[in-house]
Amino acid sequence: MTERELKKKHVEKKDTQSTSEQTTEAAVNTERTDKLKAEMDDLLDEIDEVLEDNAEEFVRNYVQKGGQ
Amino acid sequence: MAISKICGIETEYGIAAFGEFEGNPVGASSLLVNVYATAQYRSRTDWDFEDETPGSDARGFLRQGSMAPLVETHLVNAVLTNGARLYVDHAHPEYSSPECSSALEAVVWDRAGEVIVTKATELANEFLGPRGKIICYKNNSDRKGNSYGCHENYLMDRSVPFPKIIQELVPFFISRQIIAGAGKVGQENSGNSDVEFQISQRADFFEEVVGLETTIKRPIINTRDEPHAHSDRYRRLHVIIGDANMSETSTFLKLGTTAFALAMIEDSKSPKHDRTPKSPIEALRRVSQDPTLSYKIEMADGSKLSALDLQEEWLSCAVEYFERYGGEAVGGDESASQIIRSWERVLGGLRRDILTLSKELDWVAKYALFSAYKDRHGLTWDSPKLAAMDLQFHDLREEKSLAKRVGFKSLVTSEQVLSAEKDPPLTTRAYFRGMCLKKWPEAIVSANWDSLLFDLGEESLQRVPMLDPLKGTEKMVGTLLKECNEPRELLDKLGA
Repeated sequence: MTERELKKKHVEKKDTQSTSEQTTEAAVNTERTDKLKAEMDDLLDEIDEVLEDNAEEFVRNYVQKGGQ
Repeated sequence: MAISKICGIETEYGIAAFGEFEGNPVGASSLLVNVYATAQYRSRTDWDFEDETPGSDARGFLRQGSMAPLVETHLVNAVLTNGARLYVDHAHPEYSSPECSSALEAVVWDRAGEVIVTKATELANEFLGPRGKIICYKNNSDRKGNSYGCHENYLMDRSVPFPKIIQELVPFFISRQIIAGAGKVGQENSGNSDVEFQISQRADFFEEVVGLETTIKRPIINTRDEPHAHSDRYRRLHVIIGDANMSETSTFLKLGTTAFALAMIEDSKSPKHDRTPKSPIEALRRVSQDPTLSYKIEMADGSKLSALDLQEEWLSCAVEYFERYGGEAVGGDESASQIIRSWERVLGGLRRDILTLSKELDWVAKYALFSAYKDRHGLTWDSPKLAAMDLQFHDLREEKSLAKRVGFKSLVTSEQVLSAEKDPPLTTRAYFRGMCLKKWPEAIVSANWDSLLFDLGEESLQRVPMLDPLKGTEKMVGTLLKECNEPRELLDKLGA
């Protein structure tokens, strides 16, 4: 094999490698995003349960005297 | 070499009362302090106002006619065995943490404050029974233009010129919001009314760059000069611009980065360029109102930098400072390296994708959660539901708090927090104060930051001065306190 061919092969190998790395990374990212999304969905369900009944009235009634 | 950045946090809690104390927040707050103090002591130890001069100004003058502390504080005060002070300030219950020697310690005793105010509220509600109910919030505004504070205090060397502190800290505080902001839906001043969400709770309420006030025309740099220590050697820098934080990382970095900045200022190792903004108040608000972090502040010299750029400058100086001088001034090497690692990670996250920090920073957690809720229900930012969530995020009750549900990373254990409800930090004079109160509560008639007053049934009362915040530590007086069975013995050994 000529030196040129060797180099080319090396480059090709590197390319495949980095593509496969990218694919894995993308898969991990998607997995993480899905997990975060699922967590957020659960949290939003929970918030609907604990949120003060009448939001408008609750906000209107929360009046503080100014402090420091 | 910079002196140790002994620090502490004072938090005024929001208070909502129903039934008996409705419309009477002072009464409700007094009840809270009284029931908690009564539960901790049989006889209450009062706060001593002997050396309090809130009208004294760091710029070198005493303001005429400033209110006596007695009037301001409504006489309800307690000093706790953990070295903290629990009292009524204005119309709020306030917890002033004991003096701590590192940012992480400050987190522990700040969280202990939440436990104390929560317990005080539960005790008050038990006392009230069907007659009423009290709820407390760890936030800074009622969303109607009324604000209350969460202040920090740092020990500084008196020899550092105050104008130097002002010049360097103004840009630091303006940019610090992106780390320490607690987030807010909408805005509360007459300015830009189309703000949907902003980074800080407090930015809306600041109108001056430098000043002595804390309740009106609030300044970015507060000049209150009340060292509660040897005034020839020390200054207590009173920082009023911070938000009350729910996330431990936010509190940790708020204190840790500021302690670093102050140590660097003291040793003249802060960023070299003068980053004084052309209009500091406008810059403060614009930074707060831009969760995309892209806003560039125009500096007096015409250059333009974002808050993130400024924080990165401070961080890179801190890294150099740490390599050269070690971490002595910010609680030791371990503490310093924890601050730097966390600061690096957080700024990196803010630079790449803020959502990576939704379990670390208050404002990001709020922004992520509220945006998702808004999208799910097809709401707009001015919906009362989001305003309600903005308040409920800070509710101290476990079953109602939204902050307790977002899964914030913990930096300290619940065991540490629970012991800190009763025990003082080991590393400052708070140790001496707290341990004396634990051992001889009936012998101490009053206490304040820099002295204890003993009544031993003798002709005169005995005052023990504690003018150095670095003395009275467990290392220095631990054995002595253990050996003494009676307070008279202690005073004899101290030569009082």
